[in-house]
Amino acid sequence: MKRYLSPLLFVAMAMFAIAPVLIVRAPYESTMGLVQKIFYYHVPSAMMMFTSAFVCGIASAMFLFRGRASADHIAAAAAELVVVFGAIVLVTGPLWARKAWGVWWEWDFRLTSSLLLWMIFVAYLLVRKYGGPGSEKLAAAMALFGMADVPFVYVSVNIWRTLHPKTTVIPELPKPMMGPFWFSVAAFVVLYVALLTIRTALGRERAELERAFLDLEEE
Amino acid sequence: MFFKIAWLVMRKDLTVEVRSREILYTTAFFAVSCVLVFAFALVREGRPLEDAAAGILWIAIAFAGTLALGRTFERERHAETLRALLLAPAERPAIYVGKLLGILVLLFVVEVVLVPLVGLLFQAAFHRAVGWMIALLVTGTLGFAAVGTLFAAMLVRARSRDVMLPVLLYPITIPVIIAGVRGTAALLQATPDLDTARMWVSLLAFFDVVFVTLSLWTFEPLMTD
Repeated sequence: MKRYLSPLLFVAMAMFAIAPVLIVRAPYESTMGLVQKIFYYHVPSAMMMFTSAFVCGIASAMFLFRGRASADHIAAAAAELVVVFGAIVLVTGPLWARKAWGVWWEWDFRLTSSLLLWMIFVAYLLVRKYGGPGSEKLAAAMALFGMADVPFVYVSVNIWRTLHPKTTVIPELPKPMMGPFWFSVAAFVVLYVALLTIRTALGRERAELERAFLDLEEE
Repeated sequence: MFFKIAWLVMRKDLTVEVRSREILYTTAFFAVSCVLVFAFALVREGRPLEDAAAGILWIAIAFAGTLALGRTFERERHAETLRALLLAPAERPAIYVGKLLGILVLLFVVEVVLVPLVGLLFQAAFHRAVGWMIALLVTGTLGFAAVGTLFAAMLVRARSRDVMLPVLLYPITIPVIIAGVRGTAALLQATPDLDTARMWVSLLAFFDVVFVTLSLWTFEPLMTD
């Protein structure tokens, strides 16, 4: 996986250089105008946040139930990425909301659940850092519960009629907006994979270093 | 066999508790103090804010529940009985269920005291839709306790466990609090809104099923070292 890292990063950077051009060229949305364009970053970030939560949950399950240490490194990396992409979502969202709805924040179900998901993974990182020995397993359980939360968040908009735009907006996007939108999604996916790879490799190398230290001490 | 073990574990916990009543009295009194603090915070010109009663009730349940969970497992840790339990030839999930039932009984007793008290102090007519109120309390407490028992058990050997329990527990159980508060608020209106209450009870039941299953599933790998 590490071999692909440099090309991945290069592609991600290139895509993010092109994306703003495409976004500027995309048509204005009828009611919200320029402000709506933050959606090209907000929605892919949200997609990456949920994907990462799933990756973390599955990796944690592999770690808890199969005992694979490599899965633990992936889980830790994915959790950090949930927090990063979640932070992007939670900052770009209110920026958009202020102009579109007039308020920075609304306690409707989707916003609340997204914030909760983010907080669950912040708690994951806190447990890993301050939980003492054996905290990887506790954190893994936390991630499983977080993953169970993702369907609640996704379904929430469609079942509980809320203020947040419905998920059906995306298939109904006008043609000229589809291009930049899916390009942004692709850019975020490439970036996500690159970041996950780097962070997992870092975790693995740290563990190996620790193991080497311990071996040295035992001699 | 499974339910027999769960029953035995629960009976053990309740027997210990009935003899000293330590956790029960202190938790119940803590819940009452909580209500008092919120009363002073949320009362304007002698009248409580709207929907304050619902919120205060569930916050008191959440805080008291966290305390009860911490204390129950602290007792296990202190006497080193948790290791004994895990060494016994019993299925781990059965031990989890036994502990869960013990905590549930404790919390229900606290709620029996708490609900009339909140109703009295905040002029909240909980008695108007007793059936749905009980359904809300049962499903909500079960959801909270299910996740709480798992987390408290797994934190028993962790560092800074006292602060870690709320940090881990509250984000996961906030859907329970939301559903509980909104459902209770719906029932406290001039004409109790039963449809809304039913929706929230359904959500809580769904939450319970998902998270009890998840907890049963993860208890075993978490408790092994």
